[in-house]
Amino acid sequence: MRIELEKRGEQARFFAVASPFIAVGLMLVTGAILFALNGIDPLEGLFVYFVEPLTTVWSIEELLKKAAPLILIGAGLAVAYRANVWNIGAEGQLTIGAITGAAVPILFPDWQSPMVLVLMLALGVLGGMIYGAIPAILKVKFGANEILTSLMLVYVAQLLLDWVVRGPWRDPKGYNFPKSISFDGWQILPNLPGTHVHIGVVFALVAALVLAVLMRRTLKGYEVRVLGQTPRAGRFAGFAPNRMVLFVFLLSGGLAGLAGICEVAGTIGNLQPSVSPNYGFTAIIVAFLGRLDPIGAVFAGLLLAISYLGGEAAQVSLGISDKTARLFQGILLFYILACDTLILYRIRFVRPRRLKEGSAHGRA
Amino acid sequence: MGALEAVILTIITASTPLLLAAIGELVVERSGVLNLGVEGMMVVGAVAGFGAALTTGSVAIGVVAAMAAGMLMALLFGVLTLSLVANQVATGLALTLLGLGLSGLMGLSFVGHPGLRLPKLEVPYLSDLPFIGPILFRQDALVYLSIALVVAVSYVLFRTRIGLVVRAVGDNHGSAHALGYPVIRVRYACVAFGGACAGLAGGYLSLAYTPQWVENMTAGRGWIALALVVFSSWLPGRVLVGAYLFGAVTILGFYVQGMGVGIPAQFLSSLPYLVTIAALVVISKNRLLMRANTPACLGQSFVPDR
Amino acid sequence: MNEMSPAAEATADYLLEGRGIVKRFGALTANDHVDLAVKPGEIHALLGENGAGKSTLVKMIYGSLQPNAGEFRWRNTPVTIANPAAARRLGIGMVFQHFSLFESLSVVENIALALPPSASMATLSARIEQVSRDYGLPLRAGAVVADLSVGERQRIEIMRCLLQEPRLMIMDEPTAVLTPLEADQLFVTLERLAREGRAILYISHRLEEVKRLCHTATILRHGKVVARVDPSKETAASLARLMIGADVHAIRTARERKTGPARLTLNGLDQPPGGPFAVALVDIHLEVRAGEIIAIAGVAGNGQSELFDAISGERLSARPDAVLIDGAPSGSLGVTERRGIGAAFVPEERLGHGAVPGLTLSENVILTRHAADNAAGMARRGFLDFALAALTARRVSQDYDVRKGKPDPEARSLSGGNLQKFVVGRELDRRPSLLVVNQPTWGVDAGAAALIRQALVDLAASGAGVLVISQDLDEIFEIADRVAVISRGRLSPAYDAHAITLEAIGLLMGGADPATITLGALSQTEVARHAH
Repeated sequence: MRIELEKRGEQARFFAVASPFIAVGLMLVTGAILFALNGIDPLEGLFVYFVEPLTTVWSIEELLKKAAPLILIGAGLAVAYRANVWNIGAEGQLTIGAITGAAVPILFPDWQSPMVLVLMLALGVLGGMIYGAIPAILKVKFGANEILTSLMLVYVAQLLLDWVVRGPWRDPKGYNFPKSISFDGWQILPNLPGTHVHIGVVFALVAALVLAVLMRRTLKGYEVRVLGQTPRAGRFAGFAPNRMVLFVFLLSGGLAGLAGICEVAGTIGNLQPSVSPNYGFTAIIVAFLGRLDPIGAVFAGLLLAISYLGGEAAQVSLGISDKTARLFQGILLFYILACDTLILYRIRFVRPRRLKEGSAHGRA
Repeated sequence: MGALEAVILTIITASTPLLLAAIGELVVERSGVLNLGVEGMMVVGAVAGFGAALTTGSVAIGVVAAMAAGMLMALLFGVLTLSLVANQVATGLALTLLGLGLSGLMGLSFVGHPGLRLPKLEVPYLSDLPFIGPILFRQDALVYLSIALVVAVSYVLFRTRIGLVVRAVGDNHGSAHALGYPVIRVRYACVAFGGACAGLAGGYLSLAYTPQWVENMTAGRGWIALALVVFSSWLPGRVLVGAYLFGAVTILGFYVQGMGVGIPAQFLSSLPYLVTIAALVVISKNRLLMRANTPACLGQSFVPDR
Repeated sequence: MNEMSPAAEATADYLLEGRGIVKRFGALTANDHVDLAVKPGEIHALLGENGAGKSTLVKMIYGSLQPNAGEFRWRNTPVTIANPAAARRLGIGMVFQHFSLFESLSVVENIALALPPSASMATLSARIEQVSRDYGLPLRAGAVVADLSVGERQRIEIMRCLLQEPRLMIMDEPTAVLTPLEADQLFVTLERLAREGRAILYISHRLEEVKRLCHTATILRHGKVVARVDPSKETAASLARLMIGADVHAIRTARERKTGPARLTLNGLDQPPGGPFAVALVDIHLEVRAGEIIAIAGVAGNGQSELFDAISGERLSARPDAVLIDGAPSGSLGVTERRGIGAAFVPEERLGHGAVPGLTLSENVILTRHAADNAAGMARRGFLDFALAALTARRVSQDYDVRKGKPDPEARSLSGGNLQKFVVGRELDRRPSLLVVNQPTWGVDAGAAALIRQALVDLAASGAGVLVISQDLDEIFEIADRVAVISRGRLSPAYDAHAITLEAIGLLMGGADPATITLGALSQTEVARHAH
């Protein structure tokens, strides 16, 4: 059997909306099969994974905390990928943002003022932007592939973080554990009133909204779409492709940096060798599941945050590894990409063509 | 064993997985397909090879399993990008993310187990030669294979009809289709070959380089292999040179560290990644060379009209 | 129409027959019960407008496409041509219009790919050089295609075909890319091939050359065969009527032009090649005045797109005064600023350069008008006015007869002609003082072409300067006041369209030095301007 594609004249509106849902549905089916193969009741498995995290206040708060960095980064990456610029080093930009932001409380541990928090956030964003600018400049100046350079820089950033928390910034009273001093007061991101959720969630929602307006209503967003789809037409319109590369790297890098400092100042409370469970990479899935739309990234971010929590829950109550979460995430991305084909093509499964004389067949 | 000899031996072991993965990806890219999932295929190959060898007690079966696993992953990529014309960049990333997740799960029970090690093949008499003997004639089969692969790929690509068709498909898939060549099938074959090579490279890591399973043990080597293909400007001979240069830089970093120089270990560990970036910049700067050698259809989907 | 039913005739001496061939693409029927019969030793023309179904038919004969109904007979035996390899086995060869060559491969590799695997490359190389010399189309086997001229590339295509010893050669618009001189050489080769007993299926819409070269012509219109004639017994006008189905209304030209100030001046424009395969522009001088249409003729790939990019500002010039728009030094201005002065541009490639395939028409309006026209600017303080864009798109569609399936479709869903009307209309709607358009009617149906040409003439009459870059000499003589010729990045002086002969243009296209061309009624100012 062979797969044949037939191009549609235009994008299919239905599939443009439905494809993420189909993908999620397929992932759930796959998950159920995997559970069954491992001797787990599929319904119970899916319940633990995808429903239970929504049943307690505590877990919903956890969910929001995990969704915040995914949305922040995912919305930024959505814009970058729309511009056909492949920043896959958000994990590195997040890490650098965490380091630069954390420099304030670590270097001035006794400074307490609202300014501290503002400065931490600003430096976090700035760190992410500068680190994101490196692959952008290498691409613009030398034509170096941004996919490879931005990814290489992830490893470099993680080694840098490892070094600072084991070396110069290690907490002298920390019993030689590789971590910095703990933050407190204005060095900590405040929670939303009456909750245990830090205001990073608000940043995420605001960022997604602003980017949505940017993409839908402004000339800049139009530029992103045109240069991403058809660079030649973009130049004809008078848009500068090189400036666009820099712009989206600064934007997505800055948001990743913000996510990094929010993790450190909000969720963790100090600097340690690992500040992110691969948020920077999972956000790639968020961007695609959200159909490269900032608002879509909000919903996608929430869903993937569920998978993180579900993984933890499954380890406890089903006795399976929380690594299944990453497997589910990978499978999901595959399904999304496959379903996106439906937007521009009709898919037909055909048997090998009979080479019989006069075998005229009409269109199905 | 002299110090220099030891250094060279470790360089060979460090370079071989890069070489295996890169030569496979070179063929893939020559056919016009950009598979960024090398890291994912490699890591699945590593865990599959380790697991198969451990369960069956046969390293040979481990090697075959590593290749098969890499190839299966590659075929998954093929179905998406070739049959369903999904974006190759995104699908390659997806393959890596899936591979890292899948291998973590598959390898859970192997963590901490000592594994089997690929035996060194000794060429009688020659391996007893001083210095040259151990370096040239006392290596494991995959080291020899990796070199043979470079020669074979070079020969096939530039001296045979099959290679000509592969290059033609990568240069202009529309024309190749118009002349009646099965573009999609050629690309499937190349993608599968690249997957087998990446799987083999992963198997080399878990069966020869460090015979054990550690999560994410590929540590970015798949990405470095991708960079090597660019660095080689799609010429097999240069992949060989690049991989060994790269292995040398990495290993020298370790030796410098071992000599107790006061440079933090993390800086030396980041050397391979920084060198990769530097190499990419240097080679990409020569835009004329890049444009003349890059397969013209690299990364573009092909849908034949019917 | 009885004469066009070959099945009724004696079929024994036909080499290839198609009976009742049908090919549908979705809702479109590209070939509707087409009958075709080709004899050995015959040069058989397949005539028709763009979109008449010629290419679809020959793709089926060559096995690249499969018919939905009907049958092919080869030497009186029914055959299924499953793929190009099967076609080649039968003895059918094809020379493609858009070359199916591999840029990075050598001549011999390109040819080897089209032949069954057999001889060594060395043997093949020797054979290529020998046969190509024999037929008067010399080739170096080791050369890389990327370094070759268009004419040489076509020779590779022809050699590919010849080395397979075909009984039937299909040639898809072979002269479209050739100078008149190169075309003459090709005709000699083709006549020799026909004398050797090979049949040639010759696709063209150039009536004169069909009249001169071909023995039979099958004429297609909207996917149907409308006539089978002996072209030597027809006039160009009668062939055109058959092809188009009606007399195309003539363009009204205001021949007594009143020219005003210079809208565009090129003062020794120089430009190094932008890439490995690009053409350098050398010392280009030109003046386009208000009220006139100047056409630039030339064979494809002689610097037309480079010249367009230099004028539009997609590539900047070293000197600001190399390009003057309405007298303002513009060489260092970007495309948006040049639009701001009042210039408008229509590139050759509609989809992917002039319009973004995945955006709707109203979004595509913004492409060239986000900053131009301050009064109706579609971007204010960075925000876009989509209502205004939609309004403009509606007006353009109405004024320029853009036919579409729904109110605001994506650009990629429009037919070539309708998209071209939109892309041209989008610029005309701005009432520009200078319009530069590259290949205004390439691949456009006759009705749309007439509408576009009329609009260009009207724009010039209203006081704008119009520069048309075109490979279509008929079009040039239909609308242009003056004609210049571009060859290898050099531009000839602009001659009065009444004064210059087709022959002189042919010589200039072939690279002849303008100084050696005698034209008679050359305007003295032109001669003086280019004397240096």
